[in-house]
Order: sequence, then structure tokens, then C-alpha cells
Amino acid sequence: MALLEETSHVQAKPANKAEISKLWKIAGILLLITLVEFVFAFTLPEHWKLMKISIFVGLTFVKAFYIVSEFMHLKHETKLLVWSIALPLIFVVWMVIALVYEGEAISSVR
Amino acid sequence: MASSAIAEKSGKNLWDGGASPMKASYGKLMMWFFLLSDAFTFSGLLITYGLLRSSHPAYRGAHADFVPSQEYWPIPEKIFDAVPFLHGVSIPLAFVGLMTFILIMSSVTMVLAVEAGHRMDKKNVMKWMLWTIIGGFAFLGCQAWEWSHFITGSGKEGWGIDLNGDGILQAGVDFFGANLAMNEYGPQLFADLFFFITGFHGTHVLSGVVLNVIVFYQASVGTFERRGHYEMVEKVGLYWHFVDLVWVFVFTFFYLI
Repeated sequence: MALLEETSHVQAKPANKAEISKLWKIAGILLLITLVEFVFAFTLPEHWKLMKISIFVGLTFVKAFYIVSEFMHLKHETKLLVWSIALPLIFVVWMVIALVYEGEAISSVR
Repeated sequence: MASSAIAEKSGKNLWDGGASPMKASYGKLMMWFFLLSDAFTFSGLLITYGLLRSSHPAYRGAHADFVPSQEYWPIPEKIFDAVPFLHGVSIPLAFVGLMTFILIMSSVTMVLAVEAGHRMDKKNVMKWMLWTIIGGFAFLGCQAWEWSHFITGSGKEGWGIDLNGDGILQAGVDFFGANLAMNEYGPQLFADLFFFITGFHGTHVLSGVVLNVIVFYQASVGTFERRGHYEMVEKVGLYWHFVDLVWVFVFTFFYLI
């Protein structure tokens, strides 16, 4: 009970309506993009392989951008923090290109 | 806050301590750099998938006639087409779509808990943390089903591995499902990567749920009110959003492409 008395004076501030509706809007965008991915997966013809892959990867990066910038709040951090996180990921881009290329080379000599 | 006030008053220079680099607290900064390293780990796994997939021949036949074989990499939507309670009905990717929905929703409830924490609103922090925990358990339950179905096998006509060696599938002598030594769905590496990548992500979800439960408990007993801030909700929130982020990539690169 002592604990309750100690903390009961903390007064919650009123809800930030603009912020909350923005968060729900972003959730709606994320779900919509996922839905669009499903539609593309089943309506675009099978032989448009490269086209489909580019669309899916592009939409994935749109979703990732929303999650990282708004949900994880990175967009509102200092520039230095944003770049400290974003720049090292260049290595991943390089490695994807290098190793998928390498994989195709392996497949050609198999 | 008290420490930054002291630093200003004494007029010490930036390197004497008391200031937060990049205007982020120590805990949040370290969480960010941990997540960066974790992103490299998951990148390594997904790039391995890309390398091994591109080094295997792709399926060249008609899409409708697809039957898995050790000779070529499978089409994911042909493999992941089962839904609980609808045995034998083929609804490609519907179940992973549901899992994606669950995880995105639990990410929203997490960020709403963070927002409530900024306002010192204990009741709403608890409410949204509880929804996040429920979402986490729902996702883990889905993954358990997904795994058990993958391991047990499709039971589809013409699928399975012929253990007799005569090319004719017979009841009792053919193998369905997958493990680390045999794989009904295609090359062995496909099953190994499925277990490793979704398993590693699932482990992250599980530890995220554990952290969420701890934070929920601490919020409910008033730990953060006495501390004067709900920063722990933000830190655990960063981790939880990262888990959601990884799933977005796993969903695309493992299931969609």
C-alpha cells in the first residue's frame, strides 16, 4: 500500500491525438503494401520474374523505411545517429550483389 | 536530466561527461548499435539463402504442374500453401500473410505503449504492452504450427521421397516432410535454411516476448513511475520493431520471391 501512495500522485498527460492517428495511419500503409504484394504475387504473369522481384524488393524497402523512421523514431534522431546506423548497411548491399553473382557463377559450373 | 543540469552549471567541456552523445541516452544508443550488429547477422543468413538459391537450378516447367524435386529449387508459394483446419486446401501464402499481419499489429501496439509512456500514462502503457505480448504469443503459436506442418509433410499426391528407389511412391515406404537429413520439398539446403532462418527469427520473437513481459510487470508495479520515466519501454520497443523489420525481409526473400 505504501507503494501505491507513493506513485498515485503521478498525473498522466492527455493523449497526443495527432501522434496516435499518425501511428495508425502508418500501420494502415504497412498493411496496404503487404496486400499489394499479395495481389502482385498472384496476378502478374510467371515469366515476369525480374520485374516481380524488383517490385517485391522495392516495396519491402518502403515498408522497412516506415518501420525504422517512424516506429523506431530514427527519422527524429540527430543526423549523426541516422548516418551511424544507415551507412554501415552499405556493406550488406555490396555483399548481396557479390554473393548472388557468385551463386550464379557456381550454378554455371555445376 | 539532473546530470545535464550539473554539467551546464559547472561549465565543463563536452568530454568531461554528463552529456549524451547524439542526444540519445546510453541505453538507447547501445540498443541501436546492437540492432545494427543483429541486422548484419540476419543479412548474413538471408544472403546465404540468396547465394545457395542462385547456385541451384530454378524450376523450369509449367507453374501449375509443379512437383518438388532434389534437382531444382522449389517455388515457395507452392510449398507454403497450407492453413490450419483446412487440410488439403491450397491457399498459397495465406498463413504467412496472417503472421505478417499479427506482427505489424503488435508493432503498432508497441509504439502506442511508447507514446503512453511519454505521457506517464501507466494504465495505457500496461494496456498496449499486454496487446503486444498477446501479438507476440500469437505469432509464436503460428510459427509452431508452420514448423510442425513443414516437418510432418504435405501428404500431397505425387509428392514425398521414394525410399524404395523404384520411382513408385507407396504407402509406408515414402518419406514426407523435412528434417536436417531429408527434405520432401526440394534440395536439402532449402529445409536447412528454413529451419535456421525462421528459427533464428522465432528465437528473437521469443526473447522479445520475454522482455515485453518483464517491462509489463515493471510498469504494473510502478517501477517506471518511481524512476520518473518510461525509457525502458522505448528500448524494448526498439528491439520489438526490429524483430518486425526482420520479418518483413524474411517474408519477402524466403516466401514471396
